[in-house]
Amino acid sequence: MTKVAVVGFAQSPVRVRDDATTGGVEMLVPIFADVFRATGLTKGDIGFWCSGSSDYLAGRAFSFVQAVDAIGAVPPIQESHVEMDGAWALYEAWVKIVSGEVDVALAYGFGKSSGADLRRVLALQLDPYLVAPLWPDAVSVAALQARAGLEAGVWTEKDLAEVAARSRLAAVGNPCAQVSGEFSVEELLGRPYVAEPLRAHDCAPVGDGAAVVILASADRARELCARPAWITWFGHRIESGSLGARDLLSLPALGPGPDVGGPVDVAELHAPFTHQEILLRQALALGGEVAVNPSGGALCGNPMFAAGLARIGCAASAIFSGRADRALGHATSGPLLQQNLACVMEAR
Amino acid sequence: MTETQLHAPMEIAFDYTRSLGPVLGEFMTGLRDRRILGARAADGRVHAPPFEYDPVTSLPPEELIEVGPGGTVVSWSWQPAPLAGQPLDRPFGWALIRLDGADTALLHAVDVGSAAAMRTGMRVQARWADERVGSIRDIVCFEPSDAPPDALWPQQKRDDSAPVTMTITPVRLRYEHTASPGESAYLRGLAVGRLIGQRCPACGRVYVPSRGVCPADGVPAEETVELPDIGTVTTFSIVNVGYPGQQVTPPYVAAAVLLDGADIAFQHLILGCSPSEVHLGMRVRAAWRPRSEWGTSAENITHFAPTGERDAPYETYARFI
Repeated sequence: MTKVAVVGFAQSPVRVRDDATTGGVEMLVPIFADVFRATGLTKGDIGFWCSGSSDYLAGRAFSFVQAVDAIGAVPPIQESHVEMDGAWALYEAWVKIVSGEVDVALAYGFGKSSGADLRRVLALQLDPYLVAPLWPDAVSVAALQARAGLEAGVWTEKDLAEVAARSRLAAVGNPCAQVSGEFSVEELLGRPYVAEPLRAHDCAPVGDGAAVVILASADRARELCARPAWITWFGHRIESGSLGARDLLSLPALGPGPDVGGPVDVAELHAPFTHQEILLRQALALGGEVAVNPSGGALCGNPMFAAGLARIGCAASAIFSGRADRALGHATSGPLLQQNLACVMEAR
Repeated sequence: MTETQLHAPMEIAFDYTRSLGPVLGEFMTGLRDRRILGARAADGRVHAPPFEYDPVTSLPPEELIEVGPGGTVVSWSWQPAPLAGQPLDRPFGWALIRLDGADTALLHAVDVGSAAAMRTGMRVQARWADERVGSIRDIVCFEPSDAPPDALWPQQKRDDSAPVTMTITPVRLRYEHTASPGESAYLRGLAVGRLIGQRCPACGRVYVPSRGVCPADGVPAEETVELPDIGTVTTFSIVNVGYPGQQVTPPYVAAAVLLDGADIAFQHLILGCSPSEVHLGMRVRAAWRPRSEWGTSAENITHFAPTGERDAPYETYARFI
């Protein structure tokens, strides 16, 4: 089984974009150019393309087909799509390389989250018989989980504000972040609730964006990237879709476990709500020495269907640059961390 | 692109009509009859609402058992400004409610006036809709209850009418759609009676409608090209089947029309002759609505009609077939 490495990553700045269509083309063309420039690849070198996006978010059928315009699919390409975050597209691309079918694969994700009322659109990912007919919006549903943790003593509102303050400060150096700055915890706690017990800083902002990651086999990785991020573990887990039947404060172990390799230096976690970062730290057994979300994370920019892929890309970038020798990228999909994917990478 | 892009609101509405299957059908029939049903899993836990397949054994439940209608709030949040479609139009609580006799929780609304009155552990009971059809919305919401659990459970109200087998969920979403720079230029051109395309800087192909990016090369196509409203039929089909919302009475022709100077055909109607007269290579011209009716809309051209010219030579359109 060939080793696989992340060799390229690009993302668009996360913004509310009046100029972008829900087909994603305007957001994807510049970042495809960026990642090709960085790796020296051209579209003809890509053996397999896979995208993550959503028709419900786009408000049109087969919206991912429109996005293929950004690729330039002549001569014909090998292409696939997942109606999930682009991180799951990356998983499919990884399988294509591991199985020996292709040497180089590209995964991308895009979402114009501002095209509709995102809180309502996300109600449609809930049980269509018993829950979605009530239109519980995504922020209210997250607040149920946040309160459960508050009352169980797993976190306090101050803990949540500290996650937000740390994330926003980290995002100051990230030009792709939608929200950043220096905020005191006291200042944040003085702000009103948007869905008690959640305040605005506890929730990822609504923003539009796209991300792209290129994977290569062992034979190709070193010619494309000076310091490839070798994937040593890649897995995903799914919880019950029945919110009331889950233990909302406990996720099964998500990572490879302590017996596989050493601890990571950097972890990029896809936590759209502050309390979910705390849950993920526990599920991934991340200690205090790990730099969590040095990009600012999804709390500072959460383009739907791209933010999870961007977490893996940001973690890989920490290896490209030498800031980390081992890094973990995490992505989530569905309500309340229902689906989780983790990818551990290291320098060799 | 110096001009701003065009935007338009769009509302998508659809009544999702789903068959319920044996477990949810019985559950929904229960709601219609003012009973809430759960299912006991192999590990002894009672799930309400019921599972369709046991999370432990993957088997369907052997029987459904009645729970509630009273219950206890196990977590909650507050909705200060209800959104379209939600159970109540005044501020309310969302709650996970463990019904009496159940081990799992059901998500629903609680009508309690203010967040200050909500708390974990509070006792609630279902408020039933007057007209019930077999839907989770047969429960309007939950409301605070002073009654002890024993007084609320079990409540038996059976109805002998036919079981519920289907459920309809209306979905309505509003989008603000943005036209791409290329699409905006095309639509603005139509508003003044012009057909605007774009040329790819890499392959030189001309695309109409302009689409911003060359789909063959993936590079921005920024050079604007104006095209005539005359072209050639490259292929067609005769529509003989009716469907809801159809604008033209069958039989009629939907054709791919290659405008002179374009490298891609687009689909339009061919009217103004009998469908049997339409053929490959036929020369056709756009039929425009009266100028006073033009807008930034594809509807400015109602159809294409034969020009009466000699057919285009096959080799001029062969590569578009």
